[in-house]
Amino acid sequence: MTLNAERVSRTAGGRLILDGVDLSPRTGATTGLLGPNGSGKSTLLRLLAGVLAPTSGLVSLDGSPLDRLGRRDVARRVAVVEQQTDTQVELTVRDVVRLGRIPHRRAWTPASAADEAAVAAALERTGLTGQAGRLWHTLSGGERQRVQIARALAQEPRELLLDEPTNHLDIQHQLDVLALVAALPVTSVVALHDLNLAAMYCDHLVVLAEGRVVARGEPTEVLTTDLVAKVYRVDAEITPTGPAGRPHVRFLGTLPG
Amino acid sequence: MTSASRTAAAQASVSGIRASRRAPLVWAAAGIVALCASVAVAVTIGPADIGVADVWSVIAAHLGVGTGAEGVSPIRDGIVWDLRLPRTLLAAVCGAGLAVCGAVLQSLLRNPLADPFVLGVSSGASTGAVLVVVLGVGGGALSVPGGAFIGAVCSFALVMLLSHSLGGTTDRVVLAGVAAMQLFSALTSFVVMTAADAETTRGVLFWLLGSLGGAGWGDVRTGTAVLVLVLAVCLAHARTLDAFAFGQDAAAALGVRVARTRLVLLCATALLTAALVASAGAIGFVGLVLPHAVRALTGPGHARLLPVCALAGAVFLVWVDTLARTVLAPQEVPVGVVTSLIGVPAFVLVLYRTRRAR
Repeated sequence: MTLNAERVSRTAGGRLILDGVDLSPRTGATTGLLGPNGSGKSTLLRLLAGVLAPTSGLVSLDGSPLDRLGRRDVARRVAVVEQQTDTQVELTVRDVVRLGRIPHRRAWTPASAADEAAVAAALERTGLTGQAGRLWHTLSGGERQRVQIARALAQEPRELLLDEPTNHLDIQHQLDVLALVAALPVTSVVALHDLNLAAMYCDHLVVLAEGRVVARGEPTEVLTTDLVAKVYRVDAEITPTGPAGRPHVRFLGTLPG
Repeated sequence: MTSASRTAAAQASVSGIRASRRAPLVWAAAGIVALCASVAVAVTIGPADIGVADVWSVIAAHLGVGTGAEGVSPIRDGIVWDLRLPRTLLAAVCGAGLAVCGAVLQSLLRNPLADPFVLGVSSGASTGAVLVVVLGVGGGALSVPGGAFIGAVCSFALVMLLSHSLGGTTDRVVLAGVAAMQLFSALTSFVVMTAADAETTRGVLFWLLGSLGGAGWGDVRTGTAVLVLVLAVCLAHARTLDAFAFGQDAAAALGVRVARTRLVLLCATALLTAALVASAGAIGFVGLVLPHAVRALTGPGHARLLPVCALAGAVFLVWVDTLARTVLAPQEVPVGVVTSLIGVPAFVLVLYRTRRAR
């Protein structure tokens, strides 16, 4: 059991952003969320995180409606990594990772040994143990994203939601971040722009267009010339030549219309 | 990595944290000692020539300890117990309160330049207070701190509304604060002038620049009570304040009820600012300068930052006030003039650093 969205819709400013979307990510797997800008990927992630409430439909965690669980209880289970984050506070890598313990801590009590152990484990899992003392504003974009993933892991989540975590990263760091996410023993949902990265690292893909699910399944089933033409208005050639026989998308040009 | 080495790494980092956590305790202890020493020394300084031993024996006698102060005249007794001591203690309370307000606002608004004075909250509180004092608004049902609180909330709402419609970036919030400060300062001056008596000019100076000259024991009691209450509320939200480092959405994803938290903490800071302004006027820049200096010592965690800010702010304002009342003695410089002379360069420095960070 994990997060589950049933026929969720969301309107904003009179516009329908999400229109009756179902999503039930497989436990422990990495689900990729694809679709052009404005297709509702970010909104769906915010609904799954419980930060935003659906206009209609239901998001549940292990069968309980999200709005009936406390914010803190949700944050102990579900962690979020945003697209791009910044702060003006002078924080070290360890300070940022420690933020992940906030939902687990009570007021007036200092961090427990369990808190510190979770922070240490998250730093190690992301290969940041040696960098724990570095200051946030000296980090590169890829390093910052890695630190945010470490912060999310310090929450000890069973579900991890990532909104375009590879935006603004160079190609090495894009691969690096996604390989890290795919290897984590959590249920993750990742919004992505890059179809090839999605094909390489996701177990399951869900494609949104104008707020509706237009395709879902394994990368080989989902990524077809037809789908890319229909959803992105782009002509593409798709061959099973990616790593481990996964689909590889070669773009040929935009389509009229 | 093996589980043994993983445990070792975890232990190493835990002990590293313990060591670094001891430092703030040392700072807090040093702060308490410094505050007591500052108050003890500051009360001995003043235009009336009263010996150090006499000052302390007067205070000891009033506290019911020591051998009494038979050799000290009632006038000198009054100067020490009714003027100097409440003034010094009020300086400590104001310094502590303004520093805590600044630290909380800086985190909540994600704005390193936030401070009750810069955001116009102090000026709004001044206007509310003079409306009650000078014009008798509220017909006796409204106390001076009550009027100040309403004024503070109004100016806060105005600044938030203005800055939100301007785009909400750091500098826009500050610009909206400047606009609110100018507006409410003008209103305060206008209301005080309508009273048009001999005290008018002094009154304008008091409300716009702040002064601890009129401090009495009542001010100290009210200020201390509100300070303790608000500090407790803020400390209870210490982790929540940490969570705002990456913005509201990130805080919400960490389990913070953002709207409720903002409301509680903004009201708490408005209340504290109002209580302080009602007894000491709008003293500027204390809330801007102190948190930045203290963060360099304690790190960014609010559980340590807030108490140390309170102590440092208290010590700071005790000495600034001592300077303000002695540097041109027997003439007195409004304490807000001195805090601005220190605060404005600090403001520019912080502004410069945020520019570079962008």
